[in-house]
Amino acid sequence: MNPYLPYEAEVVERVQESKSIVTLHLRLTDAAARSTYHFAPGQFNMVYLHGAGEVPISIVSDPHDETILGHTIRIVGRVTGGLAKLQPGDRVGLRGPYGRGWPLQEALGHDVLVVTGGLGCAPVVAVINYVILRRTFFGKLTIIQGVKHSDDLIWRERYTYWRSLPNTQVLIAADHGGPLWPWHVGLVTEVFDDARIVPERTFVMMCGPEGMMHAGVKNLTGRGVAEDHIYLSMERNMQCAVGHCGHCQYGPDFVCRQGPVFAYPKLKALFGVKGF
Amino acid sequence: MNDPEGKPLEEAPLFLPASRLQHLLDALVRAGFRCIGPRLRDGAIVYGVLDRATELPAGVTDIQAPGSYRVGRTEGPRMFAWANGPQALKPLLFSPHEDLWHAERRLDGGLEFIPDLPNADPLAVIGVRACDLAALALHDQHFLHGAYADPYYARRRSELFLVAVNCSHPAATCFCASTGDGPCATCGFDIALDELDDGFVATCGSERAHALLAGLDLAPATPEQVSEARRQSEQAAQAQTRHLPSRNLREALFANLENPRWAEVAERCLSCGNCTSVCPTCFCHREQEQPSLDGSSSAHTREWNSCFARDHSYIHGLTFRPDTRTRYRQWLTHKLGGWHDQFGRSGCVGCGRCITWCPVGIDITEEAMAICGSRT
Repeated sequence: MNPYLPYEAEVVERVQESKSIVTLHLRLTDAAARSTYHFAPGQFNMVYLHGAGEVPISIVSDPHDETILGHTIRIVGRVTGGLAKLQPGDRVGLRGPYGRGWPLQEALGHDVLVVTGGLGCAPVVAVINYVILRRTFFGKLTIIQGVKHSDDLIWRERYTYWRSLPNTQVLIAADHGGPLWPWHVGLVTEVFDDARIVPERTFVMMCGPEGMMHAGVKNLTGRGVAEDHIYLSMERNMQCAVGHCGHCQYGPDFVCRQGPVFAYPKLKALFGVKGF
Repeated sequence: MNDPEGKPLEEAPLFLPASRLQHLLDALVRAGFRCIGPRLRDGAIVYGVLDRATELPAGVTDIQAPGSYRVGRTEGPRMFAWANGPQALKPLLFSPHEDLWHAERRLDGGLEFIPDLPNADPLAVIGVRACDLAALALHDQHFLHGAYADPYYARRRSELFLVAVNCSHPAATCFCASTGDGPCATCGFDIALDELDDGFVATCGSERAHALLAGLDLAPATPEQVSEARRQSEQAAQAQTRHLPSRNLREALFANLENPRWAEVAERCLSCGNCTSVCPTCFCHREQEQPSLDGSSSAHTREWNSCFARDHSYIHGLTFRPDTRTRYRQWLTHKLGGWHDQFGRSGCVGCGRCITWCPVGIDITEEAMAICGSRT
């Protein structure tokens, strides 16, 4: 068993989400590899573009269907730029899944508060989709999205769809709102009041810039949410994904192995310290 | 070593006369091993192919100090009267640069992934130091005994025969006694030798070494030879002048993340990564892609990386450790702190190489003392 060796996968569908974001639906071509592949929301795959290299991409599709794996990719560099140009039928390499996902079993029967910042956060989209498909197993679903500028908000139709679902609330804040911006103008933490959080029955799942997550944790613990009910998805340089190459270390943890999703108490000691 | 009833056998050490060291090399070759050992090359003691015992650096010693390594001549016939060279076992098992696999594009557009596993011939290494055996045990833990075993490391590791030589001439930069990893090898070797003026006290550490030594028909070491070897090791421990303030500095380091000393050491540190290259336990490596010119095939390689390099903490547009202060702090808090969480012990084995090979002579023991000495 060679943990570094990818399997071939085929692009079965390509969705242009925005100018710089593309979702690729991939299918392992090897039947044996496909049959043994299982993942949990929040885990990620290493996706390989021939001649360019591998990148870690979180899986956004539902674990109920393990044959078609959705990967939402933001174009930030050479490899992601190349992946975004692929068309159905093109082949890539894929290995995974890696890391620990969201605590969805623990969150059953609880309210789920999803807080995300920046340009659309794929790791929590997996949570939202998971909860929506099993709506009666969870309490209230609150989706809070913060962006710098109102123009940064993508997936506007999705938010409209999500807020139309039962027992589901969507709150969006932009630091700078444009004309006709229907949502809040200001910091993302300023809409927490509107979420009417019931601390003892809420699980928080957060993803985004660390500054935003830092402010979010402070606000939520101030409201009485237990630290061990707050989960964060961390991002670091990942090259091997199996805990060998050393780049993703965050203090004593390898983000690729002990993360990318961490319960807040695990991160607390170093969270917000620049340089880790 | 077990007897037929499964009880460990206490084996008496043997005596290998210096003139018969060649017989040990010959026996290893007959057993199918290629021998490598310390050789004097370009003014340093480095590993090289060892056909003859006479190629060993007899009469050579090393003089090490912060930022300085020189070889010199010494009186007497000894071949191991020096501490260590820039290499540990690390480059032999965890290659500085290697291909992991390559991807071939088929005519139908499909991709095939072909592993490039190394051809690892059985290798016997002569003259391994205790510090390097301790580092090897840590790399075994990292590359072999985690959730994912590394088949490249595993292949080289499984074919390794280790002849340790207990250190009798520690350098001024050595501090293995304070980390508990030397100067005497206590496990992880096939044969451990103590060098005396006229030969070696040989201790057997494995079943296959037992068979090999039996073929040499050696006499048991005399009680005087055994006690001389022991006295020599004690002396080597006592001769060490450097030490770490504690074997576990985890709490002290993480309580001192804003200590002004980090900025002070960053003024001296060149962020060159020499320390991480010579460190026998540093394991960071980057993965890279080397496509062929016609684009049909692409090699996926890995090479050593360093937490002192800019790309180490880079993700799309953001470098988490943009300056030397945060990089040196990452290195030290990991090496002496985070390793306890990850591997159950410190990542420092006291070999002193990072002190010697640092171009500006930064001393890990001095920095550790300055940063957390008052708290231990």
